Amino acid sequence: MSAPGRSFNVAILAMGGEGGGVLADWLVDLAEHNGYFAQTTSVPGVAQRTGATIYYVEMFPDARDGRTPVFALMPFPGDVDVVIASELMEAGRAIQRGFVTPDRTVFITSTHRVFSMTEKIAMGDGRVDADKLLEAGRAAARKLIVADFADAAERTGSVISAALFGALAASDETPFLPEAFEAAIRRGGVGVNTSLAAFAEGARLAAQPTAPSVVEALIEPPPSAVGRLLQPLAERIRCDFPAAAQRTLVAGIERLADYQDVAYAEAYLDRLAPLAALERDSGDARCRLLVETARHLALWLSYEDTIRVADLKTRRSRFDRVRAEVRSKPDQVLGIHEFMHPRLEEIADTLPEGLGRWLLATPWARNLVGRFSREGRVVRTSTVRGFLLLYFVASLRRIRRGTLRARIEMQRIDGWFATVTEVARTDYELAIAVASCQRLVKGYGDTHARGWRNFESLMNALPRLRGRADAAIQLRRLTEAALADEHGNALSAAREEIAA
Amino acid sequence: MAERSFKKEVEKLRLAGGETFHGEGILAVTKALLQSGVSYVAGYQGAPISHLMDVLADANDILAELGIHFEHSASEATATATLAASVHYPLRGAVTFKSTVGTNVASDALANLASGGVRGGALIIVGEDYGEGSSIMQERSHAFAMKSQVWLLDPRPNLPSIVEAVEQGFQLSEATSTPVMLELRIRACHVHGRFVAKDNVRPAFTLKDAIEQPQRDVSRIVLPPASYLHEKEKIEKRWPAAVAFIRERRLNEFFAETADDFGIILQGGMYNNVIRALQLLGLSDIHGDTRVPLYVLNVTYPLVDDEIVRFCTGKRAVLMVEEGQPDFLEQNLHAILRRADVQTRVHGKDVLPMAGEYTGGVMLQGITKFIEKVAPHHLPESGVPAAAKPVPPEARLPAIRAMDTAVHPRPPSFCTGCPERPIFTAMKLVERELGPHHVSCDIGCHLFSILPPFNIGATTMGYGLGWAGAAALNTRETRRRTISFMGDGGFWHNGLTSGVGNAVFNKTDNVLIIVDNGYSAATGGQDVLSSKGLNPIRTTRNPIESAVRGVGVQWVRTITRTYSVSRMRDTLREALTTPAEGPKVIIAQSECMLNRQRREKPLMRKAVESGQRVVRERFGVDSDTCTGDHSCIRLSGCPSLSIKPNPDPLRTDPVATVLDSCVGCGLCGEVSHAAVLCPSFYRAEIVSNPTGWDRFRAKVRAAVIGFLQNRIDRRLAGLRP
Repeated sequence: MSAPGRSFNVAILAMGGEGGGVLADWLVDLAEHNGYFAQTTSVPGVAQRTGATIYYVEMFPDARDGRTPVFALMPFPGDVDVVIASELMEAGRAIQRGFVTPDRTVFITSTHRVFSMTEKIAMGDGRVDADKLLEAGRAAARKLIVADFADAAERTGSVISAALFGALAASDETPFLPEAFEAAIRRGGVGVNTSLAAFAEGARLAAQPTAPSVVEALIEPPPSAVGRLLQPLAERIRCDFPAAAQRTLVAGIERLADYQDVAYAEAYLDRLAPLAALERDSGDARCRLLVETARHLALWLSYEDTIRVADLKTRRSRFDRVRAEVRSKPDQVLGIHEFMHPRLEEIADTLPEGLGRWLLATPWARNLVGRFSREGRVVRTSTVRGFLLLYFVASLRRIRRGTLRARIEMQRIDGWFATVTEVARTDYELAIAVASCQRLVKGYGDTHARGWRNFESLMNALPRLRGRADAAIQLRRLTEAALADEHGNALSAAREEIAA
Repeated sequence: MAERSFKKEVEKLRLAGGETFHGEGILAVTKALLQSGVSYVAGYQGAPISHLMDVLADANDILAELGIHFEHSASEATATATLAASVHYPLRGAVTFKSTVGTNVASDALANLASGGVRGGALIIVGEDYGEGSSIMQERSHAFAMKSQVWLLDPRPNLPSIVEAVEQGFQLSEATSTPVMLELRIRACHVHGRFVAKDNVRPAFTLKDAIEQPQRDVSRIVLPPASYLHEKEKIEKRWPAAVAFIRERRLNEFFAETADDFGIILQGGMYNNVIRALQLLGLSDIHGDTRVPLYVLNVTYPLVDDEIVRFCTGKRAVLMVEEGQPDFLEQNLHAILRRADVQTRVHGKDVLPMAGEYTGGVMLQGITKFIEKVAPHHLPESGVPAAAKPVPPEARLPAIRAMDTAVHPRPPSFCTGCPERPIFTAMKLVERELGPHHVSCDIGCHLFSILPPFNIGATTMGYGLGWAGAAALNTRETRRRTISFMGDGGFWHNGLTSGVGNAVFNKTDNVLIIVDNGYSAATGGQDVLSSKGLNPIRTTRNPIESAVRGVGVQWVRTITRTYSVSRMRDTLREALTTPAEGPKVIIAQSECMLNRQRREKPLMRKAVESGQRVVRERFGVDSDTCTGDHSCIRLSGCPSLSIKPNPDPLRTDPVATVLDSCVGCGLCGEVSHAAVLCPSFYRAEIVSNPTGWDRFRAKVRAAVIGFLQNRIDRRLAGLRP
């Protein structure tokens, strides 16, 4: 509650289309029906087009003496009783703008994230640290009420504004009783039942004590159990490999047996065995080199060829996942259509090595196949025909090891792995950085080609770095630069800087 | 029809005298117009007064009952010229538009209107789009009032004051034969409040009377010698009449005039925030009972010298609270006091910033500085609130400083499923093949292309001026062409002549893309001439292609589905490379998704409920084949295409994901095909109320597919626990 003689002020920070305006209208209706003057202001217009915006509500009791309060048109820093943020980054914005102050403000925020464009377009991981936002909220507010109100809204089939309205009612900071809040929703007359459900859920979440900040588990959890066929390999991991790496290795063998077969997974462990020996001498308790190399090796060995894609797309678990994701109900019929664009290169990749090379080198064959692969295809996996097509491609797994793609990838993996092992003898940290460069080689088509070019560029830069005290740091910088833009500008600049 | 419907709210316009009106500022303005007995209203939409136009459109029946004619003007110039009806006839009329962009367009008509003057009250309601949330260049309407000598009202931002300003505005206009501008800032337009209504008034003299008994008075027409006399008349008659009216009717207000030996002079629109700042400093209460003398300028042009001298006499210092620049009022104040030989010190832009919006924090700090200078003993002994002083960055809490980089700007952008996005995706793909081109942008949602992820566009010169903005870049010395943009709104506003006609006449060889989404979308989805929908009070369905061909363009391609990225790309490539000389126009058509959803969603829900077979489409991403490169996002930027943590224990980069807000526009699939991206996208077709045939087919498929999936499961059995 605000001090006597002061208005009760609520700022709502939301994004266009989230129902912030509805929330503000409920508040005004609530106030006016309970003997208050109320005012709301907002800035519509382009802010409605998904941009960040503020709705602002002030209220003051009507003493029936003919005197009307003078309300501010926008929040004043230090003069806001409740700040409601519909999302965590918007919560950060409210703090930055000074609306949240420790002497006065109750801060209600949803913990879910709606990622910004900057976060989404990053070529790797551009997400900001959500914990920092929460910590700032804790430091800035008199009282912080946090929960995933978006989830509450989704579970109740409503919108986040209703859940936040519930949180405000439960905060016990307004002059009104929860029943009065519900009455305002009823008077609103739109989606009353779902709104009330979300309101109740929001209120329930807000009443719960605030969960402590998430602390990352410091102890490596034990590796998960494996299936029957992988027991011998799991046993080998337990005996021959350090504990710190076991979790990753188990994930690795599972992935590779799923990708190809158990023998393929076994070969993976064979390859890593010398590195485990090397790790024993390194003295690094976390075995970072082994863990990083094992992780990247498993990823590289399970490169995404057409066979893999067809395999994953045809599985029952995948059909179930799609059904859940698109919220298809049991009485609805679901069709799944894939967007594929295998080019000449991918077709050649899937052929036995000799045939594949011949196709790529033979103009008339190229033209012929190229004509059929110029346009993308829509494969209807949910039909018998579409499914059979993908099922057939997936079955080529049996000849995978002889395909052109397999030969090329194995050659590349051999080279990379040899470099890691060799560098490890002289510079442990640099070896980890080299192992991590695999991160660049991902995606399909042009994306994959670009990743490989960047990878090669880094490997070419490696000899110049070796021997330098900051070699690992520099190589990581180059990796980051390679992920900074699609055109390789940052990478060229970083390479030049290092060379200078 | 417009994005927001006021059908229910407009019923409040029928309130009779004595009843209390509760609602939004723009609705109150409309009610005030009806209470003032207007005969006609017109305007051009644009924030902050878009909704005023929408209210008027939704209130058309009520307006018709009162004999009021309402027009969606072709432009702000048209709107202002509409006020010509008040030149010879005792008709009250009002027009509205966004300022200063609209006022710029209206200037020609405004100057002519102001020169001859008016007989009936003429009110121009300008939505002052300044400061936070503004979408235009930062300028002031004040300058237009000064140059054309029309009077500028800036009422206190509460409903009773705004309503009164409308009524007084008409009276002032008639008393001085001068059009009057009423300035409303964005928050005032949308402020919720209450006032006591009066009865609506049907004008005594009607449009019919005017048409049937035409009049003319050559002394009101802007042509020498009358125009020379107009200038004299402005100075000798109209201005003094305005000053007298303002003074006699007490349009400006004094509060606690003699309470102290210092005071504040302020624009009416600043009143509420000034009071709040004073309240936080303990110098006023919530009801505006101030201990600091205030002189509130509800009329900011012209100033009333006598009132200023009266207020300043006996005061050591005054603060001029004037938002925006240049500081016209402060300079005027100096001149007035100098002429009257009053020695009061004038503060203003020395304690408040010269430029930018006077937000809460800025106002509080500025007024604190002023009080500290002139009467520090008036400040609370316990000290001023923390927010009254600027906080140096290093004094902030460490946890808050640590958060700074985690807050990204979140500018507006293309909506989910927006049909304009694929146009820019196609441009990105063409750019990969042909290299970058000079791109001239226009005003409209399509201008969001300048932001990530597209980063396309070099200049924007104003509404409808996209092609005009590339006019000079037209030379035979290169084969490379420039690309310009224009929306359907800008096209009909003036682009047809300023852009297309100009390009034909000057033999350009360049390319124009007209984004035809069926609405004036950025301003709130109002209809335009080429809108596809039927509008009961307007004529629509006039194709842009006919207009473009009509002014002489030979090379025209109309694409009726912008989501087809490959067609878009191929057409654009053709336009940029074809040997055909002359202007090339691509009309990219697809309905604004925001409006389409608003139209279709309820219909679809109803169809499902009534048991009809309905197919809903949406996209998805298989997270196990997505490798987290996000190329797809860089080519789309759709709000419903986002990222989520990678479920794969061996991977760290987040994967792409399609949120449930997806409307299944098809762009994701088209992009992954056209750009050869990745096979992770799928389109799900969800059939509600399937037919017997649907169910039979699904059963057969499930049997065959299930059999094969059992085989797959057998291979995988034993790998997982």
